[in-house]
Amino acid sequence: MTKYLLSTHTVEDEAREPRTMEEMQELGRRLASIEREMKSTGAWGFSGRLHEPDTATVVRVTDGEVLTTDGPFAESKEHLAGFYIIEAEDLDAALGWASKVTAAINAPIEVRPFAGFTDEPMG
Amino acid sequence: MSRWAESVRESSAAPDEAEVGRIFREESGHSVARLIRVFGDIDVAEDAVQDAFAIALRKWPREGLPPNPGGWITTTARNRGIDRLRRESRGRELLGELAVLSSDADDRGEPEEDVPVHDDRLRLIFTCCHPALSREAQVALTLRLLGGLSTEEVARSFLVAEPTMAKRLVRAKRKIKAARIPYRAPADHELPDRLPPVLAVVYLTYNAGLTSTAEPSLCAEAIRLARILVTLMPDEPEVHGLLALLLLTDSRRASRTRPDGSLVLLAEQDRSRWERASIEEGQAIVRRCLRRDQPGPYQLQAAINAVHADAARFDETDWSQILALYDQLLALAPTPVVSLNRAIAIGEVQGPAAALELVDELDLEGYYPFHATRADLLQRLGRPSEAATEYERAAARAPTVGERDFLRRGGRAARRTVLRQTGV
Repeated sequence: MTKYLLSTHTVEDEAREPRTMEEMQELGRRLASIEREMKSTGAWGFSGRLHEPDTATVVRVTDGEVLTTDGPFAESKEHLAGFYIIEAEDLDAALGWASKVTAAINAPIEVRPFAGFTDEPMG
Repeated sequence: MSRWAESVRESSAAPDEAEVGRIFREESGHSVARLIRVFGDIDVAEDAVQDAFAIALRKWPREGLPPNPGGWITTTARNRGIDRLRRESRGRELLGELAVLSSDADDRGEPEEDVPVHDDRLRLIFTCCHPALSREAQVALTLRLLGGLSTEEVARSFLVAEPTMAKRLVRAKRKIKAARIPYRAPADHELPDRLPPVLAVVYLTYNAGLTSTAEPSLCAEAIRLARILVTLMPDEPEVHGLLALLLLTDSRRASRTRPDGSLVLLAEQDRSRWERASIEEGQAIVRRCLRRDQPGPYQLQAAINAVHADAARFDETDWSQILALYDQLLALAPTPVVSLNRAIAIGEVQGPAAALELVDELDLEGYYPFHATRADLLQRLGRPSEAATEYERAAARAPTVGERDFLRRGGRAARRTVLRQTGV
């Protein structure tokens, strides 16, 4: 089994129709149902949605001094918005979960393996 | 098997180095595929087969070919792989997991009696062409692992520096391992998504061969791969369609360029130089596809080429049949390129004005055949100055010198017509 990060990203200034209340509820139901399925098959590890990137704080060490800065780490327009950590037999299984989530949220998902969990032979 | 029997006879007892290389290219896909399953690791399998190659280069020219070279390669490579792994601590762990596997006796160099449910090469091709890998990674992996080409040969074929190609292969293999791209043949219901990239990789390899002079010829390699796919997936009509398309296209390869590398149009090719054996094999496959009646894009393109091959002279071409096939193809694959080719057929059936009307609706600005087609239609419609401009546009976008020269010649001819018409 391999652990994968399934992550979704927001793009700043991206013109997007705001979801209506019904759409939000429908989305919530679909995500809850996918999550139940993940849990019942043992794939679910953790998941979460993040606040807007402007709520972030970056901490770094410069010349031995700890500095904190307000705002996100990456200066790009794309920011991590939410993620799942799942465990799957192989990439095909992970891509299967990603397809379900992407169909629900109507946004792309990045699937990326965690390091250190792939020391088994290919099967 | 019969190929082996032949190569043993032809080469007498002791093959030279080139012959050993050829046999390895033929057989290494089999061995690599098998050993990836045994060792669960592509690099271990590749290195092991490479070791076996080095041994064969020493032994075979002296002692002659073993009775079953393919089995010999797999067995030798497996033993070398196990030796290598024993020397590393990580390898010893891996070997512990493989204890059960290493005792099976199915590839001890004897001919196999029981045919496995899945040839391991089927797993290998679907792993190499997994949709999570970029197309260029898919092509490189397929030629290297299944086709048995060296990294240097793959690099040369695609006019890429060897370190660049090596890096591309390393990255792709790292992704397969890290992301755990599975080593298995897809289930039937997955095939509609998984087969197209496999076919595309082979088709792209063939097309790269048309403009590459590197050896081994990518055209021949692509046909070899297509034959392997036919053996592995005899029930997939599109796989047969691909082989037929490549054979029929290849029958004209020698006559499609002049000695200076410039292109010869279908209308001007010396049809007596078309290769009959490839045509006959391709047409026989097309006939079987027609009987099966599960058309797909490759089968239809093969059928179109089969109609061209039927005409002894260009003006005997059955354009209405070709147009009907393009209509079907367009319904299955509604792309601008198919529309352009269909418009060319319309030009032959209904004349250049009808064709130009269709061509002008297409958005293919960067595609040189679009401009070349417009140029030809404009020339036929007696609009040479517009034709000359279009030839120039086409030439500016053509990928090879041969194609550029050809188009510039068309442009000069059009300009001569302009001069004649204006009476200069």
